[in-house]
Amino acid sequence: MKKLVNDPAAVVDEMLDGMVAAYPEELRRVEDTKVLVRTAAPVDDKVAVVSGGGSGHEPSHAGFLGEGMLDGAAAGEVFTSPTADELSEMIQACDAGAGVVCVVKNYEGDVMNFETAAEMAEMEGVDVELVVVDDDVAVEDSTYTSGRRGVCGTIFVHKVAGAAAERGGDLREVRRVAEKVTDNVGTMGIALTSCATPEKGEPTFDLGEDEIELGIGIHGEPGVERTGVMDADDVATKLTAAVLDDVEPEGTVATIVNGMGGTPLSELFVVNRAVQEFLAEEGLETWDARVGEYMTSLEMAGCSITVLDLDDELTDLLSDPANTPAFTV
Amino acid sequence: MASRETEREAILEAVDRIAARIESEKQHLADLDSAIGDADHGANLDRGFQAVVEKIEQKDDAETQELVKTAGMALISKVGGASGPLYGGSCMHASQELEDGITAETTVAFAEAYLEKLRDRGGAEVGDKTMVDALTPAVHTYKKSIEVDELPPLEALAKAVDAAERGVEFTVPLKAAKGRASYLGWRSVGHQDPGATSTLLILEELLATAQVYLDGNVDVTAASPTIPDEDVENQGE
Repeated sequence: MKKLVNDPAAVVDEMLDGMVAAYPEELRRVEDTKVLVRTAAPVDDKVAVVSGGGSGHEPSHAGFLGEGMLDGAAAGEVFTSPTADELSEMIQACDAGAGVVCVVKNYEGDVMNFETAAEMAEMEGVDVELVVVDDDVAVEDSTYTSGRRGVCGTIFVHKVAGAAAERGGDLREVRRVAEKVTDNVGTMGIALTSCATPEKGEPTFDLGEDEIELGIGIHGEPGVERTGVMDADDVATKLTAAVLDDVEPEGTVATIVNGMGGTPLSELFVVNRAVQEFLAEEGLETWDARVGEYMTSLEMAGCSITVLDLDDELTDLLSDPANTPAFTV
Repeated sequence: MASRETEREAILEAVDRIAARIESEKQHLADLDSAIGDADHGANLDRGFQAVVEKIEQKDDAETQELVKTAGMALISKVGGASGPLYGGSCMHASQELEDGITAETTVAFAEAYLEKLRDRGGAEVGDKTMVDALTPAVHTYKKSIEVDELPPLEALAKAVDAAERGVEFTVPLKAAKGRASYLGWRSVGHQDPGATSTLLILEELLATAQVYLDGNVDVTAASPTIPDEDVENQGE
């Protein structure tokens, strides 16, 4: 598979420098690490909200750095958790004395390294809280996780926790609203093609020209069902129905139709049209419908659908300003 | 154990031996891991222990506790994945028990703290087909040998290594319930767990070090199974 890379081992390092070059006003790199922080970090008196994980999911995570969302984002190697010492550096670089909330996707390596990093930072006197996101409704346990995977619903956690922190909420308050999102959000994805990591350079899994896979993760890990090709409306309906079964929203929702990296926006909009029609038929009102690439899987074609059940508090926090490279309000 | 200087020498020898052993068994660990994981366990641990040797050699004046904590930190920063926090985080955490240096009592406390952190962090129990299957019987055997049977530490450690070896064998028929191998379900049956195996390798090298540094006048009934002569010659300080 053709790739625009130099040395596969240098991809993450070179990507980070390229991101800072693209957003010099918003992002800066913590020296000698693969950690990016918003330029203003640490922000006086504010609880910091940080995230991180393997690379290959761009714009996650550094794309959400900025006012109203994340203070820090640690980039691991491609599809590999950042190490605990890098995460600890990030936590300490972003702490202004009010504590740090870490938004962690439920993957074993991510959770263990964040837990260890939290201990290390706590030894240095930083108050740290972990919020683990497990929004993937497709599987109970998976290749890399005990329990459900954390995927695109993480973006809503970043937004809501970031807004609460910007308003001056304390550590417990920011954690509370972040967990409110994780309790009320669900996501399911589909793959049309495989991804290919820079190191390996060839497809991670085999998927026939006439096949698609439902319930796929964001690292090429298996889904729950392999079927023949379906059209966009059927995919949208099937994924959305599965998410609604889990989240059971009433009234108002926010949605994300997320591209996996290899699907054009036109197709994502086609899917979104069907998602919104289906939600309306179910008697739900969409307050905010996002379409684009938020949590990708290298060049895998496909999409995921995220639904967040809203109440007044979450709606309010989602409405607050956000000014980041990949998400603005 | 006598002086701080002796403890430092023993720790240096132990990490040298472990690093050399992991390096020589790198391919074996990769083969075990490729059957049920992603084949990087050997390379990750090798990179980690090379870093441990380097970091510890730089720590000239450090106390025992600080040296062991440094080893844990080096593993955390170089191993990555889930193995980094499991090996490194547990080591770093347990190093607190070595404030009074290396004695029979502090090593029991270290072993127990290490195991507790490992189980807490990884969420694995005995029978899940992980390193916990090798370490749990080893730690229990060591504690019982010291506290109940009142054996000398060297003999207790030899018995612990024996128990770990049986623990590794015990993982072969198991169906993995934790870690990447768990995705394979029944396909993981019949394979020896790489994490349990590397844990045994480390314990064997700790025993080999203890044989050099503890009073040799002990009846080691459970002789160390795999310390070939050439290894000892190569590793001498």
